[in-house]
Amino acid sequence: MADYNLIGKDFTPQDVRPKVTGTGKYSEDFKKDGMCYMKMLLCPMPSANVTNLDASEALAMPGVLGVLTADEVPAVDEPGYPMLTNKPRQLGMPICAIAAETESIAAEALERIRVAYEPQPFVLDPLESLYPGGPNALDSGNVTGGGEGNPPIHTRKWTARDFAEAGEDRLPMGEAPVEWSVGDVEAAFAEAALVIDEPFVTASSTHQALEPRSVLAYWENGKCFIHGSSQSQSWMMPGLARMMDVSLDDIVYIAEYCGGGFGAKASPYPIQGMAGYMAKKIGRPVMMRVTRAEEYHLGGTRPGFQGQVKLGFNANGKMIAADLYIVQSGGPNRGSGDYSSAAGALALVYTPTNMRFRGAAVVTNKPWHVSQRGPGQNQLATVVEPLMDRAAKELGIDRVAIRDLNAPEADVVFTESQSTVTSMYLKEAYKLGAEKFNWEEKKAMSGQRNGSKVIGVGVGSAYHSAGSNGFDGLISIRPDGKLYVHSGVGNLGTYSYAGTCRAAAEVLGCSWENTVVLRGDSRHGLPWTLAQFGSNSTFTNTRTNFVAATKAKEMLQRLAAMDLGGEPGDYEVANEAVTNTSDSSKTMTFAQAGQRAIELGGEWDGTEYPDNLNDVTKAALKNVTGSGLVATAKDELFKEGSVPGMAAAFCMIELDTDTGKYEILEMHSIADCGTVLHPQGLQQQLRGGAVMGIGEAALDRMIYDPQNGLCATVGLYQTKPPSILDVPTLIETDAVNQPDPQNPFGVKGIGEPAMGCAASALLSAISDATGTYFNRTPVDPDMIINALSGRPQSFTPLQVNV
Amino acid sequence: MQKKFSSNRYDPQGAVRDDVSRRHFIKGVIACGTVAGAAGLMTGCSDSGDGGSAPAGSAERLISINVNGMSRNVDVMPNETLAHTLRNKLGLTGTKLGCDRGSCGACTVMIDGTTVNSCSILTHTVRNANVVTVEGVGGGNGELHPVQTAMIEELAPQCGYCTPGQVVSGVALLQRNPNPTREEVRHALAGNLCRCGAYNNYVNAIVKAAGSA
Ligand code: FES
Ligand code: FES
Repeated sequence: MADYNLIGKDFTPQDVRPKVTGTGKYSEDFKKDGMCYMKMLLCPMPSANVTNLDASEALAMPGVLGVLTADEVPAVDEPGYPMLTNKPRQLGMPICAIAAETESIAAEALERIRVAYEPQPFVLDPLESLYPGGPNALDSGNVTGGGEGNPPIHTRKWTARDFAEAGEDRLPMGEAPVEWSVGDVEAAFAEAALVIDEPFVTASSTHQALEPRSVLAYWENGKCFIHGSSQSQSWMMPGLARMMDVSLDDIVYIAEYCGGGFGAKASPYPIQGMAGYMAKKIGRPVMMRVTRAEEYHLGGTRPGFQGQVKLGFNANGKMIAADLYIVQSGGPNRGSGDYSSAAGALALVYTPTNMRFRGAAVVTNKPWHVSQRGPGQNQLATVVEPLMDRAAKELGIDRVAIRDLNAPEADVVFTESQSTVTSMYLKEAYKLGAEKFNWEEKKAMSGQRNGSKVIGVGVGSAYHSAGSNGFDGLISIRPDGKLYVHSGVGNLGTYSYAGTCRAAAEVLGCSWENTVVLRGDSRHGLPWTLAQFGSNSTFTNTRTNFVAATKAKEMLQRLAAMDLGGEPGDYEVANEAVTNTSDSSKTMTFAQAGQRAIELGGEWDGTEYPDNLNDVTKAALKNVTGSGLVATAKDELFKEGSVPGMAAAFCMIELDTDTGKYEILEMHSIADCGTVLHPQGLQQQLRGGAVMGIGEAALDRMIYDPQNGLCATVGLYQTKPPSILDVPTLIETDAVNQPDPQNPFGVKGIGEPAMGCAASALLSAISDATGTYFNRTPVDPDMIINALSGRPQSFTPLQVNV
Repeated sequence: MQKKFSSNRYDPQGAVRDDVSRRHFIKGVIACGTVAGAAGLMTGCSDSGDGGSAPAGSAERLISINVNGMSRNVDVMPNETLAHTLRNKLGLTGTKLGCDRGSCGACTVMIDGTTVNSCSILTHTVRNANVVTVEGVGGGNGELHPVQTAMIEELAPQCGYCTPGQVVSGVALLQRNPNPTREEVRHALAGNLCRCGAYNNYVNAIVKAAGSA
C-alpha cells in the first residue's frame, strides 16, 4: 500500500473539542437581535380539507406578530411535500404558523386559531390502498416512483382476485408498477433443491436524530440567512434558493453542527423555508424550535415493506433463483427508492443467477417518509439474512460458508441494468470476521443452555453503494502560508468532511497543522458537492480534493518556473513551498505564492475559472477570488460501476427463554471500505451503525391507531432507540483494508452497511437461539415468547403499523 | 379478505359499522377541534412553548442561582425550567434539549453533584444549590476536565448533540466513584441516549479519564 503522510492516520477534527466543551453551535443555540419565535399549527387528523381558517383572535393577542398561511408560501404539487397546506394529508402536517415575541405567546395564540376541517378518507396500510375501491392517500393517486412510462403519481388498484388468491399468509401480488428480471426464474425454481417462500414485513421506523430540526431565519440586505440543522452543506443551496425564490448569491446557509440526521436532514426541507417566509413577512429574525413530538410527524420515517420473497438454492447452497416482491409504504409524498435499492442489494450480495423483482411504492397518510441509513439495502438484509440461515440449516451447510459461496467477486454483474462494481471484498470480510469472532468455536456454543438461558450465534452482512463523482473541489493557498481546503460536505458527525480534506494536504505535501478546513457557512465559499448521504462523502470528496489539489500543484510549479526560471517539472511541492529539485535556493513559500497569485489575478486568484464548474461553485468563488492562489476543478476522473461499501457482522447473544429478552455478549463488525482513511472514524461508524442496527432489528417502529389514524409513537419512550444498556459493552471492529482502484487513495464509504450487517447478525443470532425465522422487524420479546411457547403471534403475517 | 380490505370502511359517507366509530371520532374532533388546542392532543404536540416566557398573568422574579461556581442574578418565571434559564438567559447553550421531557439526557447538569435533567426541574427550586453545566466541568481558562480530554482522544462524539450530557454524567460519576468499572460507567450513562450510537467510545473515554482524574 502506498505510504501516506495523512491518509490512514488518526487526527483530531476541529469540531471535536467544541462538542465536548459545549461551545459548538447547533441551530437552536443561535440568537439574533430582534429574534421572535414561531410555532406551527399541525393537522389533528390523518387527512382533511381546511374549509375555513380564522386567525383574527390570535392576531389580536398582545405579542403576536403575524400568521403565515398556505397562500403565502409556494404551492407544491402532489406528491411533493408542502410547506403549509389547506389540504393536509397527514396527521401533523403544518397548516399555518404563528410568530410572536415569545414562544409561549405563540403557543397560546395557536390555540385561538379557528380551523374548520372536512375530514377525508385516509389509509395507513398500502395493501388497503391497492385493494379495489380502496382509498388513495393523495387526490392524485396512490402509487409513486419508478417504472417505465409511469407518471410520478398515479392510481393503481389490484383485483379482488389478487387478494383472494393470496389469502392472509401471502402477499397479494397484483400488477407491479416496477418490474425487471434476469434469466429464467421459473425454470431455475423448478431445478432448485430447496425453495423458501415467505411473506415479510419491515416496520416503518423513525430516524429520531437527537437534535430536533430547529431553524433560525432572517433577511439582511436582500439576502436570506438560514441557520439550519442538516447533514449537508453545499447540497442545500440550490434547493433553498428555489424554495425562497432568490438567487444562489442571496442564500447564506449556516450549518456548522448537526445533531444527527440519518437521511432525514440530507436535503432542504420545508420547515426551513417556512421560517424564511415568516421572517420576510414580519421583518424580524424568526426562530422555530421544533419539539421532539413534532419530529415524529415532520422528522422523517423509513419506509416500511410488506413483501414476499422466494429463494431457490441448489444442493450446494448456491442461490440459483430469487423472486422478490416489495410493497413499500410511503408518506403523503414522493417516496424514496428503498424498494428498488433492496432489489439491487439482493442481486449483489447473494448473486442469484436468475432473479425477478416486482415493486410498488404506495403513499399513505402517515408522516413524511424519506431515506434512512441504508435505505432499502438494510431492510433487505434483515429479510434475507435469516433466510440464508434457514437455507444453510436445511441443506446442512455452514452459515458463513453459504454466504461466502453466494458472495460476489469483483467481476460481478448484477440487476437488469447489468451493473458492475469498482471493487469487492465481501468474502475477505467474512473470512476476517470469522477469524476475529472465532466462528468455529462460537458456533459450537450455539444452543448451549444455562437454566432458562440459551446461546445464539449469528452472522449478517449488508451493502450500500458508497461513492459518487462529478463534483467540484476548491482550495486556496493564502499569504498567511496556509492551505485552505473549502469543504462543501456537511457535518453529520462522521468527520468525513475533515478526513476528505486531508486528501488535498496529502497531494500538496502540506502538514495538517498548516491546513485550514473551511466549512459549515456558505460565506466561506464552499464548492458544489453531493449531499452527505449514501455513505458517499469519503469516496466522492477525496476525489474532488484530489483534483483541486493536483491542479494547485501544477499551478504552483508553473508559477515558480515563471518567476524563478526553469521548467515547471523542475519543481516539487512539499513543506508548504514549491522548490527547484536541483537548486533549493529557487524556492517560493506558500505565503509568497499566495501573495503572487493575488498580484497576478486572472487564472491565478480565482478570477478566471473552468467553465464546467457547477453554479454553486461559481457563486462560492465570489467569496474566495483574490484571497490567494485559488485552484478549483471538477472531478472528471474515471468512474464506472457502483462503489460498494460492504460489511459483515458476527454476534453472540444469551437469550432468556422465560422473558424473551437477551443480552448481546459479543459483536464484531468488519468493513470492506477500501483503504481506511481515518481509523477512529471508521471504528465509530461501525460501532454507531451496529447500535442503530440493533434498534432496527429489535426496537424501531412507528405504531398507528387504524381507526383514527393517530400515531402512538410520538416520544422517545414510545419508540425507544437503543440505550447504552441495550448494546454490547464493546463492539469489535476491523477492516479488510483493500484499496478501491477508482479512488486516488483507494477509499470508499461504509456508514450505512455498518447498520444493516449488525441488524441482520442480531436477527440471525435470535433465530439461532429460538429456532424461529420471524420474517418481520423489529423482533420484540413478545414475539420471541410467542414463538418459543408455540402461541400464534398477535398479528397476521402482513399486518403493519403494529 | 374481502372484509379486511373493505373499502366502505374508508368512505366517510359509508354506513358500515367500522365507519360509525370513525365518524364518531371525527365529530369529536370537530366539536372540540375548531380551535387548534385539540390539534396538540391529537398529534401529541400539545407543547405550551418554552417553559420560560410569561403566560398571561404570571410575573418574573429576580432570583440568584449559583452556576459553575458563580452567583448569577436572573429573572425567572415560576414555570421556568432550569434548561431554559441556562440556555436562554445565561447564554449557556452547551446544555442541549433533545426532548424537553426527561427522556434523553441531553440536558444533563449536576445539582450539588447529582445529575439531573435540567429540562425537568424548575429554576426557582435550585436557588440554594450549586449547578454545574458542561461549561463548568473543566478548570478555568478553558482547561479541560480529564473526561473531556479523553473524549477527544477517543473520538467519542459523533454528531455531538448528546455529548455535553455524556460529559456531565461522566464527570459526576468520577466525582463519586473515581475508579469505576466499565459496567458502572455503562449504568452511569444509562440515562443519556445517543442516537449516533457512540456509547462504547464514551465508556472508553470515561474509563481512561478515571486513570488520570
Ligand atoms: S432534553 Fe431533558 S431529558 Fe431530553
Ligand atoms: S453523538 Fe450524536 S447523539 Fe450522541
